[in-house]
Amino acid sequence: MQRVAITHHTLTTALGAGREATLDALRSGRSGLAPKQFLDAGLQGWIGEVEGVDAIVLPERLREFDCRNNRLAWLALEQDGMIDAIAKASERWGAERVGVFLGTSTSGLLQTELAYRHRRPDGSLPEGFRYAPTQNTYSVAAFVTEALGLAGPSFVVSTACSSSAKVFGNAARMMAAGLIDAAVVGGVDSLCLTTLYGFNSLELLSSDICRPWDAGRRGLSIGEGASFALLERDSAAVKGWLLGIGESNDGHHMSTPHPEGAGAIAAMRAALASAGLAPTDIDYINLHGTATPSNDAAEDRAVASVFGTSTPCSSTKGATGHTLGAAGGVEAMISLLALQHGLMPGGLNVQTLDPELRLNYLRENREAPLRAILSNSFGFGGTNASLVLGAAS
Amino acid sequence: MTLAPMYIQGIGLLGPGLPSWPDSQATLRGTTPHQFVPSVLPAPPRLPPAERRRAGAVIRLAMAVAEEAIAHAGVDPQTLATVFSSSGGEGSNCHSLCETLASPNPLISPTRFTNSVHNAASGYWHIAVGSRHTSTSLCAYDGSFGAGLIEAATLMHMNAEPLLLVAYDLPYPEPLNTVRPLPDNLGVALVLTPSPNDRSIAQLRVEPLPPRLAAPVDACADASLDALRTGMPAGAALPLLQSLARGLVAPRELVIDYLPHLKLAIRLASAGA
Repeated sequence: MQRVAITHHTLTTALGAGREATLDALRSGRSGLAPKQFLDAGLQGWIGEVEGVDAIVLPERLREFDCRNNRLAWLALEQDGMIDAIAKASERWGAERVGVFLGTSTSGLLQTELAYRHRRPDGSLPEGFRYAPTQNTYSVAAFVTEALGLAGPSFVVSTACSSSAKVFGNAARMMAAGLIDAAVVGGVDSLCLTTLYGFNSLELLSSDICRPWDAGRRGLSIGEGASFALLERDSAAVKGWLLGIGESNDGHHMSTPHPEGAGAIAAMRAALASAGLAPTDIDYINLHGTATPSNDAAEDRAVASVFGTSTPCSSTKGATGHTLGAAGGVEAMISLLALQHGLMPGGLNVQTLDPELRLNYLRENREAPLRAILSNSFGFGGTNASLVLGAAS
Repeated sequence: MTLAPMYIQGIGLLGPGLPSWPDSQATLRGTTPHQFVPSVLPAPPRLPPAERRRAGAVIRLAMAVAEEAIAHAGVDPQTLATVFSSSGGEGSNCHSLCETLASPNPLISPTRFTNSVHNAASGYWHIAVGSRHTSTSLCAYDGSFGAGLIEAATLMHMNAEPLLLVAYDLPYPEPLNTVRPLPDNLGVALVLTPSPNDRSIAQLRVEPLPPRLAAPVDACADASLDALRTGMPAGAALPLLQSLARGLVAPRELVIDYLPHLKLAIRLASAGA
C-alpha cells in the first residue's frame, strides 16, 4: 500500500495522560496497574484505571455524550495539542474530507450497566438515560466527530481487541480511494462491569498482576485507554508512517486463539507484504501479549514462524493492562514513541521467562535507532490485525 | 464517482414481512402491500453442534442472510472477505448481561459474554465456513448499513477481491426498547465482486455526498415498508433492494441515508454496462 503520513498522535492510559507521561513511565519501567477494585466489583485483581476520568467535565455543547468512555476520549484529545492539530487539518483539507474511524469494544456501556441498577418501579431506565450518545457502539465516533466539527465518513470498528488497530486500515483505504485526505483514527475503551466480570467468567482474568511471557502467567489485567492519531495525505511535519496493515480471521474459536497462530501468521505476513518489507526489516515487535497462557503460546509460535526468534519483542500490557478495544491504538502510539526515541520498552512483571516460549523477549528497555516496528492485535471472534509503522526519516 | 464499481452477485434478506429475497419480490416491487409479520430466525445449519447451541439471535439472523446471499451467488464462502455492520448486536443478550450485572455478586455466563462482542456474528461465520479472510465489524448507529457499504466499496477498490457484506439489526427488550425502539429483526446481505460475470445481477457504484450536494433521500412508496426503512438501520438498503427487484431497464440513481452530515449516492446499472 501507499504509505500514509502520521502527523500527530497522543495516548492516555493508566501510565498517564499524553505522550510525555507515557514515555517517562516506559523509560522508568513503571506499571500503571494497581491492585484495586473498579467501582464495587468484588473481583480480586489488578486494573489499569486512568486517573481523573471521573472529574472530566465535557463542554456544555457536548453534554449529551457524557459517560466514562467519552470523558476518557475527551481527556485524551486534550493532550499534546491534538484538538488543535485536527482543527488545522480540517481547515487545510475541509471538514468533509476528514474521516473519523475509531475502535472500541464496549463504548459507553457502563452507563447502561449503572442505569440498570437504578431502574424505576415500573422497570424503566432512570430519567436522563441517553442511549445513542453513550451506550451505542458508535457513540465514541459520534462524539469525536461532533466535538471536532468534522464532516467526513465516520464509523466505529468493533472487533474486540483488534478494533483500534484495524481503523488504520479503514483510513488508508478511504484515502487510497480518494474519499478523504485526512483521518482521525484511534480507539477508546473504558472500564466497565461487562468486561471485568466477562473475562472473569472465562477464567482469563489474573488475580495477580498480568505477567506476559512469564512461566507462571495466569491471565490478563484489564486497563482502559484512549489514543488518537491524525493521518494526512501529505505533510511537511511527519511524526511517523503507517507502512502496512494485515488483517485476517482465525476461523477457529470464539474466545481461544488458533493454537499454531495460523490467523496471526496470515495477518503478520499480509502486513509485511502491504509494507513491502521483509521480516528482517522489522527492528522490534510490540506483541499482543495478553498474558493468558493460550495467547502468549500461540503468538510465540506465530511470530517465530514469520520472523524466527531473534527479533527483539515485548508486550507493553504489563504497563498499561489490556485496554481491549483501545489496545491496538494504544500500542501503535507506543510504537511511534519507540520509533521517535529509539526505545524498545522491556516487558514488565516477568519473574521467570516461560522456557516454552522462544522469542527474543525483552525484559529490560533497550535503546537503539529503530526504522520499522510491527504491532500485533488479536481478539475474540478470531480477529487479527498487524500494523507496520515506520520512523519519520 | 471515484470508487471502482462493484457487481452484485447474491442477495440475502430477512425481516418482518420479508421472509427471504425471492419471497419478498412482490412486496419489494410494490405489487403486494407490505405486511408486518414478525420475522422467524432459523438455526444456522452450518455451525458445528457446540457453536450452534451457543448461537443466539444475532448469529441466526446474520448467518441466515449470509447463507442466502452466498447460495444465490453460487460462491464458495471461504473465498470471501467479510464486512459485518450492525447498530447494536444482540439486544436480548445485552439486556440479560445488564440485568445480571445489576445484582449483587453477579455471575455472568461465559457464553453470554462471548456473544456480546460486536463481532460475534463475524466470528461465528468465519468458524462456520472455515475462512481466514479479513473481516471487519462496524457500527454507525442508524448509518450502519451505509458504513458497511462504503467500507465494502473501499475494500473492493483497494483489493479487487470478492466480499460478503452483512447488515443486521435486532430489537432490544424493555427497558432498552423504549430508548432505542427497533420494531423487529432485519438483515440484508450482498455478495459483491470486482468484475462482472454471468451471474452478476447489477453494477453498483457508491459515493458519499454531503446533503447539500445530494438529491433527496429515496423513500419506499409503501408506508409500511418505508417505516422499516426509517425504523431499522439495515432498512436503509430497502430502496436499493426495491430497484433490484424491479429490474434495471436503465441506470438508476438513488440516495440513501448514512450519517446526519453525509448521504450515500448509489448508481445501479445493468451488470454488462
